[in-house]
Amino acid sequence: MNAIISLIAVIGLVLIALIGVNVANLHFIFGVVVPYFAIVVFLIGVISRVMKWGRTPVPFRIPTTCGQQQSFPWIKQSKLDNPSTAAGVVGRMLLEVLLFRSLFSNTKFELREGPKIAYGSTKWLWLGGLAFHWSFFVVLVRHLRLFTEPVPVFLQNIEALDGFLQVGIPGVLISGVVLLLAVTYLFLRRVIEPAVRYISLAADYFPLFLIMSIALTGILMRYFLRVDIVGIKALTIGLVSFNAKVPEGISVVFYIHLFLVSTLFAYIPFSKIMHLGGVLLSPTRNLPNNSRMVRHINPWNYPVELHTYSEYEDEFREKMKKAGLPVEKE
Amino acid sequence: MAKTPKPDELSKINYTPPQSSWIDTPTELKEGYWCYGAKPKNLEILHFPNPREWRVQDEDWKLPENWQEIILEGMKERLDKYRSFKVFMDICVRCGACADKCHFFIGSGDPKNMPVLRAELLRSVYRGNFTAAGKILGKIAGARPLTLAVLKEWWYYFFQCTECRRCSVFCPYGIDTAEITMMGRELLNLLGLNTDWISGPAANCYMKGNHLGLEPHTIVGNLSYMLDDIETATGIKIEPTFNRKGAEILFVTPSGDLFADPGTYTCMGYLMLFHELGLDYTWSTYASEGGNFGFFTSNELAKRLNSKIYAEAKRLGVKWILGGECGHMWRVLNQYMDTWNGPADFLEVPKSPITGTVFENTKTTKMVHIAEFTADLIKNGKLKLDPKRNDNLKVTFHDSCNTSRGMGLFEEPRYIINNVCNNFYEMDELTIREKTFCCGSGSGLNAGENMEIRMRGGLPRANAVKDVVDKYGVNMVANICAIDRAVLTASLDYWVPGTKVTGVHELVANALIMKGEKERTTDLRGEPLPGMEGNE
Repeated sequence: MNAIISLIAVIGLVLIALIGVNVANLHFIFGVVVPYFAIVVFLIGVISRVMKWGRTPVPFRIPTTCGQQQSFPWIKQSKLDNPSTAAGVVGRMLLEVLLFRSLFSNTKFELREGPKIAYGSTKWLWLGGLAFHWSFFVVLVRHLRLFTEPVPVFLQNIEALDGFLQVGIPGVLISGVVLLLAVTYLFLRRVIEPAVRYISLAADYFPLFLIMSIALTGILMRYFLRVDIVGIKALTIGLVSFNAKVPEGISVVFYIHLFLVSTLFAYIPFSKIMHLGGVLLSPTRNLPNNSRMVRHINPWNYPVELHTYSEYEDEFREKMKKAGLPVEKE
Repeated sequence: MAKTPKPDELSKINYTPPQSSWIDTPTELKEGYWCYGAKPKNLEILHFPNPREWRVQDEDWKLPENWQEIILEGMKERLDKYRSFKVFMDICVRCGACADKCHFFIGSGDPKNMPVLRAELLRSVYRGNFTAAGKILGKIAGARPLTLAVLKEWWYYFFQCTECRRCSVFCPYGIDTAEITMMGRELLNLLGLNTDWISGPAANCYMKGNHLGLEPHTIVGNLSYMLDDIETATGIKIEPTFNRKGAEILFVTPSGDLFADPGTYTCMGYLMLFHELGLDYTWSTYASEGGNFGFFTSNELAKRLNSKIYAEAKRLGVKWILGGECGHMWRVLNQYMDTWNGPADFLEVPKSPITGTVFENTKTTKMVHIAEFTADLIKNGKLKLDPKRNDNLKVTFHDSCNTSRGMGLFEEPRYIINNVCNNFYEMDELTIREKTFCCGSGSGLNAGENMEIRMRGGLPRANAVKDVVDKYGVNMVANICAIDRAVLTASLDYWVPGTKVTGVHELVANALIMKGEKERTTDLRGEPLPGMEGNE
């Protein structure tokens, strides 16, 4: 049900762009206004969301420790999984953000007769997630060629690397294909695995369908339709130089692609996709386990009601004396 | 009280989620899963809101008129105070990595025991009231209104989480269900909704200094029984001191160690070790609790209960504090105490008077874990040990949740065990250290009336024990947690009968060769030592 709602929403978006461009002739709206609007929403939204998180205090130093603590010189500390220094934390975060280290350690279990519970390692989610995020990143970087003139050498190198297979004309770029496969895997996993299907919301399917459609329209343009790349580049260069004009003859598929990308960008600040900023601010990962060495300050720490020793002694003085315990007041 | 089904019945677990979506699936509050509600007298002692007689199974929970307003206000306040809460409400992508990591899910198959769904119980209300998408799109955005059914569902599932943090290890963003559960419980407590198994010990601790409500003379009395038993086993008479000003060290341990076996044997272990070292230390009857049931209630109550430790150290004028074997006590001491009640500038950086080792890793909190203290003694050759005295034991080690994932104390206890025992076997590596399973009843869930869910939650740990029992003949599960000692005794009895439970310092005391001891023929439990079976 949640998946169907999301699919309908994405189909709706495609139709809006199709009708808007082909029927209503709103080329300027879809080519210029919508992308500008999306990028403004994206920037303001992301910044304000991250600032909202950043302004919220971290009252306690609560890293999840996943290895040996620092204690004696003769006991080897697990410096990445239980960091006690800033360098260790940076290392832990880098491995987390770039390589998804926590997911790498994922396990599965099976309940057998007996009962006997067996555990094993499972890396599919890690692999799928990593493939998805990295290919998405490469695709994004590759698109910078549309916004630069001349195209910087590093972008040309990335594209050359991406097309190392040297198959087809124009040459197949690995990143786009991997992106489509990975996003399809993430979707199938969500519908096939009963537990994951059970926890999935419309907000989990929607970005998957959106990104799937973005990848499909992109692949369609590059390999099958041979869209007017010169016209498109004129448009994109116009956008970044704030001198936007809409050349004639650009395929409607491009407008659909652009509209879906704009939707994705504008949607990010209001969605779970913000995890990309959130992981950096996650107090269980980005703090060192050194709270016995360096005092952590809670900005809103306040005095609380206490039951003091003298109140305690007042209540138990006679019993304490009888038991031979020292007292403050006779 | 509900009757707990037999193990073979309980281990038939269905992991297929229901057809209807979780938001549309009403929660039935099953007997054997929940704990009795907090009694008014305990809430009154603690000055908590809405003290009244109420029963979980009743329709009417006698809530204040404006209870929804109280909860939503409370949520807003906590969203502004805790970045963890705010970020964890916002960024979950429901990837499902945590889903099968919870011992309650593995043992029950109930999808709402998947950490992600436990958090969604709260997140759905957060979306409905604090996010634009949730307010506009409602159920499509995964939002729902705060109804009485939702509140009861919170009560049911936030007291089916032991705040063990195992899910947090596997989450790619480190989302920690313990944080969510802690917030959930704080909110419930705004309406006087605690369990009596938690509020009772907390009230005891507040007034009498410890969860069990042992009054000062009872503490002295309980220890004197142990001293008699030590004398019977070793011929050595020990005379510890209480509330003594000017001692070098204040020793604080969970009160469970003073009360029932096998915790009492661990306590005898401390007493023998300190006596043998001639340690200048004192017990306190006022700060007679290392554990903290306030931590299972609210941040504020946790701070109130914890404050006694530093206050007593200051009053007695000790130099530093040594802490006994306990799990959540050490999460609190490691990650909270100094922030709440510090700075402990009236103390000195802990230094072992026996080895001269300065415990640099405790230089602000000034509190040392006894496993660190003893490991240092052994490393420096200060203890005479005869591990053969533990040769009747095949030992495995259960890592406690909090010392593992809220501290990282893995090698110290293992080092000790390997020096005092000859037969040590690890459990499956995916069930120990940072991946360790909860005993099944941490965070104040070790009551009697919720035994079915306790045994379900205890299944993964007990099952991994059973594995080493079958493979190596393990007969003793060592641990460094008072709740483990009480809980594992029950859950192993249920799932792996015949397997016993011990604190690490009981093993130390058995192996410890003491000056002037008589020839030992029994261990601390009064059972013959290996090779001494005929001497009784």
